[in-house]
Amino acid sequence: MSEPVGKRALVAGHGDFAAGLISAVEAVTGRGELLDPIVVKGLCGEDIQHLLRERIQAIGARVIFTDLQAGSCTMAARRLLREMPDVALVSGTNLPMLLDFVMSSADDAHEAARGAVERARAAISISGAPA
Amino acid sequence: MTLVLNRIDDRLIHGQVVVGWGQPLDVGFIVLVDDAVASSDWERELYRMGVPPEMDLRFHSAAEAAPLLDDYRLDPRPGILLTGDIATMRELVVHGGVREVNIGGIHHRAGRRQYLRYVFLTPQEQQDLRAVASLGALVTAQDVPAARAIPLEEMLANAEDV
Repeated sequence: MSEPVGKRALVAGHGDFAAGLISAVEAVTGRGELLDPIVVKGLCGEDIQHLLRERIQAIGARVIFTDLQAGSCTMAARRLLREMPDVALVSGTNLPMLLDFVMSSADDAHEAARGAVERARAAISISGAPA
Repeated sequence: MTLVLNRIDDRLIHGQVVVGWGQPLDVGFIVLVDDAVASSDWERELYRMGVPPEMDLRFHSAAEAAPLLDDYRLDPRPGILLTGDIATMRELVVHGGVREVNIGGIHHRAGRRQYLRYVFLTPQEQQDLRAVASLGALVTAQDVPAARAIPLEEMLANAEDV
């Protein structure tokens, strides 16, 4: 099966968040290479922004997936969006979201990201904890 | 309550501050002191998007903040005082009332040397931190609550080991 064109994305977050999630995406779908892991340990906000910009330009990504809304990667990505209006930012990323993104039949990365967000929301559940 | 954490962190609002410290300390407000952020609508909005709606976020320049700190200390909620650099925190310590300073994150930049995983300093910044300590503030480095608070001189002495 050929991989959708133009659907590269960055994954950025705390610790080894990106590498861990991408390894899981690879294990489930074999499409981990669509996602580029960003490691920001030891970097200030300005350097994170620089790194994100560099990777976006290098691989042609149009979506950045981050972990926390308040995370430094998210903040840096929000700054980047000002200068890169064709890039979308998704925070609160989880595994179902990334699986849906890489498996989406949508050719457009933004459309794939919107669908992935819906799937991710629907994939959260709790069992065995009666109120 | 009072200002329960006086933190220097060049990432300002981020996960460690909002979640790592904010949740266990039950923080109700953050006072972000930074001249550039305080003077920019866009920057203020950016940081506001990073905090949960129940957390109050106030922005001030260093000059504005100093005389307001006593009022913030009377707030019944626990609060965090946050600066992005040492110089700003030093100004607040000089004004008085800041007795403990947490170094939460000063990251890599040209001319800085590494002291901890999350602390890099120029020789001048090293001196500035010592100046803060000499004003009577207890200066320690601690990125998250579960980590040990490392005294300033211990951190500076151990630079070769990291």
